[in-house]
Amino acid sequence: MLNAKNQKRETASLLIKGGYLIDPAGKINAAMDVLLRDGRVAEIALPNKVRGGADEKFDARGLIVAPGFIDLHVHLREPGQSYKETIATGTAAAAAGGFTSVCTMPNTLPVVDTEEWVAWLRDPERGAMVNVFPIAAATRSSRGATLTDFAALQRAGAVAVTDDGKPILDDEIMRAAMQLGAELNLPVVQHAEDTRLTEGCSMHEGRTSFRLGLRGMSDAAEANIVDRDVSLAQQIRESRLHVAHLSTADALKAVRRGKRAKARVTCEVTPHHFTLLDENVGEYDTNFKMNPPLRSAADREAILVALADGTVDAIATDHAPHATHEKEVEFERAAFGITGLETALALAITTLHRDHKIPLTRIVELFSAGPARVFDLRGRGSLAKGNFADVTIFDPKKRWTFEAAKSRSLSHNTPFDGWQFVGKVMATIVGGKIVYRAE
Amino acid sequence: MNKPARGSLLGIEHLEDKEILGLLKLARRMNPQKARPLLRNKRVVLLFYEASTRTRSSFEIAAKSLGAITTLVQSSGSSIEKGESLLDTGYTLRAVGADVIVIRHPAAGAPHLMAKHLDIPVINAGDGMHEHPSQALLDAFTILKHKKSFKGLQVAIIGDIFHSRVTRSNCHLLTRFGVKITLCGPPEFVPEVSAMLAPGLRVTRHIEDALRGTDVIMLLRLQTERLAGQKISLQDYIARYQMTGARLKLAKRDAIVMHPGPIIRGLELTAEVADGPQSVILDEVHNGVPTRMAILARALGKAK
Repeated sequence: MLNAKNQKRETASLLIKGGYLIDPAGKINAAMDVLLRDGRVAEIALPNKVRGGADEKFDARGLIVAPGFIDLHVHLREPGQSYKETIATGTAAAAAGGFTSVCTMPNTLPVVDTEEWVAWLRDPERGAMVNVFPIAAATRSSRGATLTDFAALQRAGAVAVTDDGKPILDDEIMRAAMQLGAELNLPVVQHAEDTRLTEGCSMHEGRTSFRLGLRGMSDAAEANIVDRDVSLAQQIRESRLHVAHLSTADALKAVRRGKRAKARVTCEVTPHHFTLLDENVGEYDTNFKMNPPLRSAADREAILVALADGTVDAIATDHAPHATHEKEVEFERAAFGITGLETALALAITTLHRDHKIPLTRIVELFSAGPARVFDLRGRGSLAKGNFADVTIFDPKKRWTFEAAKSRSLSHNTPFDGWQFVGKVMATIVGGKIVYRAE
Repeated sequence: MNKPARGSLLGIEHLEDKEILGLLKLARRMNPQKARPLLRNKRVVLLFYEASTRTRSSFEIAAKSLGAITTLVQSSGSSIEKGESLLDTGYTLRAVGADVIVIRHPAAGAPHLMAKHLDIPVINAGDGMHEHPSQALLDAFTILKHKKSFKGLQVAIIGDIFHSRVTRSNCHLLTRFGVKITLCGPPEFVPEVSAMLAPGLRVTRHIEDALRGTDVIMLLRLQTERLAGQKISLQDYIARYQMTGARLKLAKRDAIVMHPGPIIRGLELTAEVADGPQSVILDEVHNGVPTRMAILARALGKAK
């Protein structure tokens, strides 16, 4: 919303003509024209039936028109690590990946644990090309000891709290965080990893880690924490738990248990976890090193099922840019994380739709209506009349090759360099303004 | 990122059978006392980020026996202490004029990283818990001196399998040639997944089961320094897994006892076994020199 102010309104109205609209929340799956005016959705009508005029037209023939994609989990590295990424470069990559909104993780330098930093992130001075929704730290400096001022952070614009990267292990602190979150209707996001079990580990524990002589993270290190958190969500009325980058079959079981019990539990999955396996690490390729790590074939199978059956609420990238000198080191010393904003939709269409027959409607839901619900982003995730004019337009059949060197991100630490994909973002519209257009 | 330079030796796993056999054949022809100066004026850099007695001295003697100039660079007393990265250290040594780098490193995959970025051969002298290819080659060399061939051999590897790069390399090498290997130890040291490293491996918790009918016994030191918080009762280990004279009798009468060193007498084996007639532990050390001469000669294209 704030960023909308920043955008120079070159055109007050834009008509998206000839496209095929998929709006899962609005239950629309049909050829429709969409008129955007003054930053809002003004009209949805059958082809050529839009009544109002438009300053500009976008020819969407042969393309899918969808509610703007929302990424619940990105690291844009500001404040403090602008050599890896800035809000300007990270949101440019987001726009190129079809994301109209991104939720930023607070593990920056310093940690985003005050209203001032939340406001700083949302300041137009940062030059964001898409909407930025900060997630604030749940404890001071994410040290896991003292809760931050959730109410003040929420007033400043934080959409959730988390100590991402430094999971909250202490039962009482986690309980207190969920209780306070419940009072404020604020989701608590957990990076589920029992770090007492993962010291010195750099990949998934299994056959490949043994072969490579690397210490492995067990499934239990993730599942135990999710299990505990889901139990808390069941005990604390109105509390909201969001499980970040879920990667194991056992953690999914815990999420299913919570959902069956009608607890407010949601989860996200990354494109790399639904595409790659631990064995893809090859001979110590650090572009395949992230946390949570790539898992076993059985874990990936379980994730694919959960993406299809509705258990997973959102696809999130965990976009984690790192400089070359932080990755071109010994595998065990290399930074965890990969970039992901520009390959997410292509991976979803290629892996989920083409290879596993998950319908496009479901994929669009996982990128829009799903994440909007997780963090209650009002007016987004659907193209209902009056909603924000955030739109993602893509070609589900277009073949293309991703080149990391051409990425808009400041960092190029991706395992997908040179990958051939089906499905490409053709245009990204934020607040009625085209912020990205494919050549 | 490139392919490793010709002559690199990063591990046993990806070597072809004929390369392994070629190295063993070449090692048999190497004599440290009467070596031709195949590597005259070649510069061999020994880059050691970890302590080593056997591997370091044996690579150095191997290189000098072939007429090479050797330089030792260790993490303490070099710019590594000041925070120089592995790759920058590699580029520096290349610029100094290294013709080959022999590297020992506590991180698995460190030699692979260096080999991807340098145009000179890189030889892995042990990387973390991953591989120790020259040790596996000298062990194979030693086995073939005492046994006619690999065919039908049974090998028992007893002890700290999880932390052992020697075991990983030995399993990759020996199973290629049909050797059956039994891995033996408690679950902390021998996780079930160990058996999936190569075909022809099995895991047992009982030393008697591992020893019965075996031709070769390989013992390992408990790498307690790598245990990362896990605790193990040494008394318990000794009671269940120490190689004693009495247990040795369970193996074939002509079984040999091997150990990559350093040995800890009174822990994984008794002095009686270490010094006994079936022990070939010092023979292994001795065979390290011709084996590493072969590796260096191959690295520098002198493997004629």
